[in-house]
Amino acid sequence: MQFDPFVIPFNIGLYFIITYVVVRCIIWFRDLSRPDKLRLQRGFFGKPFGESLKEIFLESLIHRKILKSNLRLGYMHMSLAFGWFLLIFFGTVEADVFGDHHLNAPYKAIFFRFFNPDHGRTGFESAYGFLMDLILAFILSGLLLAVTKRFYSRVVGMKKTTKLKITDRIALTSLWMIFPSRLLAESFTSGAYGNGSFMTGSLGAWFSTFLPVRELAYPFWWLYSLSLGTFFVLLPLTRYMHIPTELFLIFMRNSGIRTGDKPGTYSEVQTYSCSSCGICIDACQMSFAAGINTMQSAYLLKAIRKNDDVSHMAQNCLMCGRCDQKCPVGIELSPIRMIQRRMEDSENDFRTVYKGYFRSQQRPEPVKPVMPPSFGFIPEAEPKKVDVVYFAGCMSHLTPGIKNSMVKILNASGLSYSFIDEAGGICCGRPMMLAGLDREARELINLNSQLIWKTGARTLVTSCPICYKVFKESYYLDVEVLHHSQFIGNLIRENTVKFNFLRKRVVFHTPCELGRGSGVYDEPKEVLSHIAKLEKSKFEDQNSLCCGGSLGNLKIDSRDRIRIATQTAAELTKGDPDILATACPLCKKTLSAVTGTRVADIAEIAAEALVIPRQQRNIAKQIRIIKELADIS
Amino acid sequence: MDKFGYTISKGRQIDYDSNDRRIAEYIYEREPSFRLCIECGGCSATCTTGNFTRFSLRELNILIKRGENEKVRQNIRKCMLCGKCILVCPRGVNTRNVVVLARQAFQKSDDYAV
Amino acid sequence: MNKHVIVIGAGVAGLEAAGQLSRAGIDVSLIEREKMTGGHLNDWFKLFPDRRDSREVKDYLEKFTNNDGIKLLAGIEIEKIINGRGGVKVTTSEGKELIADALIVATGFDLFRSSRKEEYGYEIYDNVYTSADLEKMFRKGKISLHNGKSPETIGIVHCVGSRDEKVGNLYCSKLCCVTAVKQAIEIREHLPESKVFCFYMDMRMGGAMYEELYREAQEKWGVNFIRGKVSEAGEDINNKVIIKVEDTLAGRPLKMELDMLVLMAGMEMSEGGRKIAGLAGLNAGENRFFAVTDQHYGSNRSSVKGIFFAGTCTAPMNITETISHSRAAATEVISYLNNK
Repeated sequence: MQFDPFVIPFNIGLYFIITYVVVRCIIWFRDLSRPDKLRLQRGFFGKPFGESLKEIFLESLIHRKILKSNLRLGYMHMSLAFGWFLLIFFGTVEADVFGDHHLNAPYKAIFFRFFNPDHGRTGFESAYGFLMDLILAFILSGLLLAVTKRFYSRVVGMKKTTKLKITDRIALTSLWMIFPSRLLAESFTSGAYGNGSFMTGSLGAWFSTFLPVRELAYPFWWLYSLSLGTFFVLLPLTRYMHIPTELFLIFMRNSGIRTGDKPGTYSEVQTYSCSSCGICIDACQMSFAAGINTMQSAYLLKAIRKNDDVSHMAQNCLMCGRCDQKCPVGIELSPIRMIQRRMEDSENDFRTVYKGYFRSQQRPEPVKPVMPPSFGFIPEAEPKKVDVVYFAGCMSHLTPGIKNSMVKILNASGLSYSFIDEAGGICCGRPMMLAGLDREARELINLNSQLIWKTGARTLVTSCPICYKVFKESYYLDVEVLHHSQFIGNLIRENTVKFNFLRKRVVFHTPCELGRGSGVYDEPKEVLSHIAKLEKSKFEDQNSLCCGGSLGNLKIDSRDRIRIATQTAAELTKGDPDILATACPLCKKTLSAVTGTRVADIAEIAAEALVIPRQQRNIAKQIRIIKELADIS
Repeated sequence: MDKFGYTISKGRQIDYDSNDRRIAEYIYEREPSFRLCIECGGCSATCTTGNFTRFSLRELNILIKRGENEKVRQNIRKCMLCGKCILVCPRGVNTRNVVVLARQAFQKSDDYAV
Repeated sequence: MNKHVIVIGAGVAGLEAAGQLSRAGIDVSLIEREKMTGGHLNDWFKLFPDRRDSREVKDYLEKFTNNDGIKLLAGIEIEKIINGRGGVKVTTSEGKELIADALIVATGFDLFRSSRKEEYGYEIYDNVYTSADLEKMFRKGKISLHNGKSPETIGIVHCVGSRDEKVGNLYCSKLCCVTAVKQAIEIREHLPESKVFCFYMDMRMGGAMYEELYREAQEKWGVNFIRGKVSEAGEDINNKVIIKVEDTLAGRPLKMELDMLVLMAGMEMSEGGRKIAGLAGLNAGENRFFAVTDQHYGSNRSSVKGIFFAGTCTAPMNITETISHSRAAATEVISYLNNK
């Protein structure tokens, strides 16, 4: 049997990591809730299995999503991941076909050339050697990019790269050493035996002209094995844990498991699946508009992995969801951040404890003081029965232009409606939720639900996307929830109300909570193109910007908000439109403070374009006459 | 009671020297804009909670600063965090964070007390 | 040959500076983008604190500048400013080129556009007006609501667009408090039955005779002062304006129904001034007014040689201060020309 002591480090590393990953997966599986266990079982032995394999191939190896968003960065990730996979695959085949035995120990494949130095003389063998060299060259080209990225991140087209901790540094160094040491070891061996393919062969021949290659080869095989061993042993302590974890993540996701609102296996698996590629940092306005580079999702996940105090970091985020859209691994970044925010609240007592290689959740019995209701002071109301309830939302009371326009449109629609928070209502609960205070949010939700339920309405229209999102997701109401842009869209489609066409060039800013938050992209734009000339901008739909006013961020100061708002407004008004349209009172207020362009809500533009039915005009006239007569008497 | 003369009742004045202003310090440190308040009352006027009950963020702010914490402790959880006050504040005080920090500070001081 | 100085802006500052220069035997070209000279004086009826007619001040200024040494170019924009060794060359919208030895920028201020504070409902609700709108009514001699009737309760909001981080103006405009007091008195004069309420954050009555006017408003005219920033205004079906404010001294929120709401618009760097800044390469300070070289002894000097400032283009000022500042600008220019 072929053996040499230098393979020991590699063997230790390999068997360690395999054992570790298996144990870890078992722990994760054990920690899953019962329904999620069933989901995963069904997913693993069912149809999603194929999809998962496909996704693993496309995303974990090829890195299709990164390639799509950033070609050079994608190539870097692909060459390392896919290249290494090919090297292992073809190496195993090589050892199997050309080695002494079939079904070899893994080290035989990895160190094939050491054990078979004379290999590669026949035509077929040299062609195979050529392939192996080609794969190694492919990996090395990616490695070159990675090394340059570390020192100069713009090379791969990124503004920022992630910062490293010490174990990451050692692991990174050992990862970087793996392929160059293999190259040198193979080259020296080839040089000594006078064989090898285009890269190792010619490099070896050249080295042999001035170096004692026969003596040098052995230490480099040691170095190669040590690099591999070190990398494997350190893997669980570093971000490279994402390599095995991502596979597990893909299976879980395709089985239909989602993050939820408490920490658990899925959020932990996601936390470990982050490769710190930095795409989220580049997407983040806190970074490119406000110059804050401490709280982005990649950093948050890293801090969670390190068990740092993340409370400030978790709350210092606009929750705009731009990073969720762009994460190539598909990690649900905002939900994970929300879990961290909930952990702040003493009423949600779940803690995690770090224990070296193993991280497990200790769930002490939550000490839940029975809190008295926070909002017991809110009186019960007796609203009138209507078909449509209009809930302007807290913020709309500071933008009377929006609520007045909605009243005009609702009047023109002829529907029986009530403006339920005309004299001021209570908050929808989403801001409380964003602060991680779920129980109190639920109190507000119940109060509002009762009120809406009492009206017997079929439709709930709101002007505020923040309210819209929470009405849609967290209220259990038997009503159709519409944002006013959707409501106006319906009026247009059903031809209930007529609108003129305004000769104005309009550019649309999609509010985060409406667009990425609730998936409403097209309806507002349809309304706008019906009533005005809608123009395109660079930041549309999924790629829309945050206005900076977000209630999601508890920590940001007003200057940074203004910085973000100013940049957003500047980007959107590049084409010098007549109106910068939006569909959110908060966006309107934030943006109008920083631009000279007129900022208007979609409801205001629609009210401007509104054709008031003749009948109503007559009624208004008569009311005026009656009023005047009353004054005279 | 036949003892006459002048006595100063305790609740009459703010005893600035002996009042506990650690809650205020806790907030100043984490939210410097808390210092910027000029007591204009814009936040209290627009307040969603203030529409239903006696709740004035302006008043609570000044009480925290003077170390008169008890009233704040009893009322701070009435805030719905809706954020209208942020939009109104002429000084750019991050009012929501002030409320969140005050809640946290009281929570922590309660924990230590136990 | 006589020295030649160009003055941009023929409001209070520009007129006074031009008059002073021509008295010293200097030729002046006075350029004004509006057809009429006098600037904001034309929009105001009576002036604080003595409530004299603004026309009297305008008459003084125009008499002072009505001489051959001053050439008035009204209704003209400036297209180009080149500052070279030979002096300042200014190209007007008519294509005319003027060469001068020095330039005084007296572009004044703009009133804050009150619709930017949407929560107060200006241009949304019928009965919300600005201080400037009210002056027009005073001039006409009739204070009336949208429906033509006289208001009975009038609220005055201080600090609209001043001391407000939300509109990017951190500074105090200095004049709105005293304007509010003056206008409150005038409303009471016109409408003896009316009730007037001033909503203020701080009463800043720092000028000569301001505090006395404040006392008069309380004592003689019964004007009510409530300390609190109005957060928002609404409108009811009778077109009454409902305001929300906290009476901070009473420590309670206060809701009030008003017939009329008047917004005390603050002062901002003028749009014309910003244009000149761009053309001449002048710097703006933190509050977007022109940056002067020294707050104490260089308040007329710019960072560009041969260009000087006069009046409210550098900071909010009342008329007395504007006139003093313009005289100082003239003195600065004269000593600059003598030492050139």
